[in-house]
Amino acid sequence: MNSLITLPLLIPFFTAIILIFFAKNVPVQRWISVIGSVATIIAAIFLAVTVYTEGIQTMNLSNWEAPFGITLVSDMLSSLLVLTTSLIAFVCLIYSFKSIGKEREEHYYYPVFFFLILGVNGAFTTGDIFNMFVFFEVMLMASYVLLVLGGTKIQLRETIKYLLVNIISSALFVAAIAYLYSVVGTLNMAHISVRLSEIGQSGIITVIAVLFLVVFGIKGAIFPLYFWLPGAYYAPPAPVMALFGALLTKVGIYSITRTYTLFFTHDIGYTHGLLEILAIITIVIGVIGAIAYSDVKKIIIYNIIVAVGVILFGVSTFTTEALTGSVFYLIHDMIIKAALFLLIGIVIKITGTSNLKEMGGLIHRYPGLAWTFFIAALALSGIPPLSGFAGKILIVRSGLEAGNYWGAGIVLLSSLFVLFSVMKIFMNGFWGEAREYKQQEKVPVRSMLVAPVILTIGAVLYGLGTEAIYPIISTAAETLSNPEIYINAVLKE
Amino acid sequence: MEILMAFLIGIIFMSATYLMLSKSLLRIIVGTGLLSHGVHLLLLTMGGLKKGAAPLLGQHADSYTDPLPQALILTAIVISFGITALFLVVAYRTYQELGTDNMELMRGKEGNE
Repeated sequence: MNSLITLPLLIPFFTAIILIFFAKNVPVQRWISVIGSVATIIAAIFLAVTVYTEGIQTMNLSNWEAPFGITLVSDMLSSLLVLTTSLIAFVCLIYSFKSIGKEREEHYYYPVFFFLILGVNGAFTTGDIFNMFVFFEVMLMASYVLLVLGGTKIQLRETIKYLLVNIISSALFVAAIAYLYSVVGTLNMAHISVRLSEIGQSGIITVIAVLFLVVFGIKGAIFPLYFWLPGAYYAPPAPVMALFGALLTKVGIYSITRTYTLFFTHDIGYTHGLLEILAIITIVIGVIGAIAYSDVKKIIIYNIIVAVGVILFGVSTFTTEALTGSVFYLIHDMIIKAALFLLIGIVIKITGTSNLKEMGGLIHRYPGLAWTFFIAALALSGIPPLSGFAGKILIVRSGLEAGNYWGAGIVLLSSLFVLFSVMKIFMNGFWGEAREYKQQEKVPVRSMLVAPVILTIGAVLYGLGTEAIYPIISTAAETLSNPEIYINAVLKE
Repeated sequence: MEILMAFLIGIIFMSATYLMLSKSLLRIIVGTGLLSHGVHLLLLTMGGLKKGAAPLLGQHADSYTDPLPQALILTAIVISFGITALFLVVAYRTYQELGTDNMELMRGKEGNE
């Protein structure tokens, strides 16, 4: 019995509930949300340390023995993701204070924010496939509200599409769980894994595997199912965009990683082969989008899709080294995408446009902003010694070792194009003649810059400290490539 | 019985898809509601229809009906109820703001250039 595991869920939950009562009192809301967020981070750090020193932590809710009740499981991967989520939430929160505006603050922005964190942390922590659906819905419900809050035309239009896509994918999720339940007769993820290895991979299991890939692929934006993402993420304001870009798609990727390493490992040639092809096409599509647009938001949004492809390519290679690379890259991408979205938010606030052709010369007035963006851009494309490098080199190397020269080549090439796409922002937006913008004096750039600078420093440290972090990440990958560890921890056989 | 349910679920899915492909926003919402009903029936059928006594300790029956799918459906119904409510509100607000419930006319240029 270990209640530490529930703290990263309970703290955001109670913070959100308390915040509802102070909806009209903005200063109090800010204080409560900072306290709640910091408490979540502290709990997440304790959890990660406990998992690292003592192994996987589990908790059976209401004392129903696994596999009968709902089990919460925190292995190294999920505890690391919970920690990263809490950190990003804190940073987006302090950025929101400066930029989200009084209107949104008074209309339940902060409570919904914490419900989103609850959903994301829950989806990372749960060890029960139906409970994962429930946490997905908590997260999605919060994301609908965050997306539509403000009620501008573009937000309403995109929310309708986003709602529809996600309702369909949730329906498919329940259908996939129903099929899986009819085959294995259990919902506990460790127990499903045991039952599946007993019966082997028959045709119906492969169908279920692909159905799960479709469901999580819609949330995680892989190739044929990414169509909703560029529109939906374009609509909300910068801190919400950063939260979505950093967290929501990553939940989808985490779920694919979890199911494709724990459940569907008996017909790797088909399921992981399919995943690999989709991952490579995802990278190509993302790169094309990132290069083609001259809108700063769109460029970064398409870079999310590239990263999804890179991480899933590592997962599909399915060796311990590749999984280590994927976990490395996953955490790197969460941090750096949040940083870039927040920086882009400042740029848009200053210039009043997101079109690259209408901006320029920002470096003269805002050198701090420009150089932070430059470092974040280099980290995104994986220039050593920054944070993207370690993950990418592991993914590419294991791709080459597995004899997949095409895939590894495309991952390598994609880094070049990613670098090109963000440098395009740097050269057109920051270099060149300084221009006059309408609301140039009003923007509190210094105080807004705090949040992305924290994240960028985090990314640099994550890159420089690769040597120190490696054992932690490889523990996470070890659990992924050896489902036995996970199963034994949950079922305690 | 399961075969009959399979056909029923298929028909519900078919109608839901038809409704969701139409242009009117309200029809789309009805379609999503129908889709979740279909999924709930699927969940019920997949768990196995009535196979034995009610799952109570005192029954002393040879076999019991699996209670888990019903618990899952209850959860799923509550969730889909909440989402449908939100969807209706958002649709109404969209109608007020954009002045149309036709998905074709709702397509905007902003952010899609």
